[in-house]
Amino acid sequence: MFRHLRSFGLAMLVLAVGASPALACAGLLGPNGAVTLVRTTTLAAHHNGVEHYITAFSFQGGGGKFGSIIPLPGIPTKVERGGDWTLQRLIRETQPAFAARAQVFPASEAQDKARVILETRIDALDITILEGGGAAVGRWAREHGFLLPPDAPEMLDFYASRSPIFMAARFDADAAKKRGQQIGDGTPIHLTIPIKNPWVPLRILALGKKGSDVVRADVYLLTDIRPAFLPAGRGGLALQYSAPASTELMRDLRSDKSMGWMPVGGMWLTHLAINSAARDLRYDLAVDVSGRGRPSREAAGLEPVRDPFLPELPGSMPAGVPLILMGALLTGAALVAGRRPA
Amino acid sequence: MRSPFRAIVARTALVAGVLVLFGAALATSGSAAPRTITVSMRHSRFAPEYVIVRRGATVRFVITNLDPIDHEFILGDEAVQRRHETGTDPVHGHVPGEVSVPPGETAETSYTFTRPGVLLIGCHAPRHYAYGMRGRLLIVY
Repeated sequence: MFRHLRSFGLAMLVLAVGASPALACAGLLGPNGAVTLVRTTTLAAHHNGVEHYITAFSFQGGGGKFGSIIPLPGIPTKVERGGDWTLQRLIRETQPAFAARAQVFPASEAQDKARVILETRIDALDITILEGGGAAVGRWAREHGFLLPPDAPEMLDFYASRSPIFMAARFDADAAKKRGQQIGDGTPIHLTIPIKNPWVPLRILALGKKGSDVVRADVYLLTDIRPAFLPAGRGGLALQYSAPASTELMRDLRSDKSMGWMPVGGMWLTHLAINSAARDLRYDLAVDVSGRGRPSREAAGLEPVRDPFLPELPGSMPAGVPLILMGALLTGAALVAGRRPA
Repeated sequence: MRSPFRAIVARTALVAGVLVLFGAALATSGSAAPRTITVSMRHSRFAPEYVIVRRGATVRFVITNLDPIDHEFILGDEAVQRRHETGTDPVHGHVPGEVSVPPGETAETSYTFTRPGVLLIGCHAPRHYAYGMRGRLLIVY
């Protein structure tokens, strides 16, 4: 479970590809190493201590299977198909037509083997909820045909140190074609996770990208009160909208599939836009909806996470360097101790 | 006046320091005996990233891959690194100083350093070298 992060949320770690060029949510590595840059949209709604996380996986054609791995802050109680228009309706609410768009730019234990908690299929997506350390989840992904980019091991450890729960979503392109899905068609996924505070991993969006690549994403928060969040005023993360959710929006969202949990009114809508070079995206979005206004710096990635798995390196560097330091210290101590007091 | 205790501490530390420095000099400059260097691969980085060996030394590299992805250890000059960056060999292990290391496993390779200079260590799995999975090895007289 979420040991060090008291807050909660979901991450979008998108890493994998099988045999065909494809994408889901964020950037995916293609088989030739090319990165697909896509603007992602997610909703992290929080009501009565339950997180409702909705994102969409886009079908990009090709054959075979491909997919993504998404770190989760806890074990979902429900994984289901999301509503068809929730994300689009949120975009319409905060980005009215013709409006100029602003251009602003504690640790889980290591586990040898990932444990499969839940498996389900939604449309052409095979969803697997996993529990395990970064290396274990990485091995599981590799064994299941996922191609991990070189920054994946660090990223998996980074997120596993906060929560050992991940979701692997494999898009079965053949099944998608049989279903008549067209390239670009999205499959919305709705996860229900009991958790204290919303949390949205953002750093993961830079996975597999070059430092100069630009990461673009929209994150919507729908919360019972006006949230406090970190980081605030950071380059590349811009607050685009913050206001009580309109009655019309609440009504429209409630009428979508799986959105019956929403209250009739009284929620706060926040829209954050990420437009950042991958190398600068070194933070996550920590949210506090307790009313205390104190989102976790650790959850935001602003506090260093201690690395319990750093190996001992017996052969590190020239073997003499530590000895030189030790010798110098001892010699220095001898000189100091041998000095006659004034 | 200087206390006997301080004098004893000073002499002991001085002797120990000199002895340790002497040992360090030997270790740094290398010796005729084969030397083993342990290298780990974690988060797509080598550790250590910098190594010093003595000319003429034969070094046995014991390399452990702590990542869940494939890595390789390729020792050579820039031309060797360029060749591997564009090469298509999926597995290495027959050439001294070149070995593939699957996830979670340990592999070994030996190399004799005949000339002083600088060599590079690199992993040429797709995009790993560009990501920064490389190191340097200094061969001294």
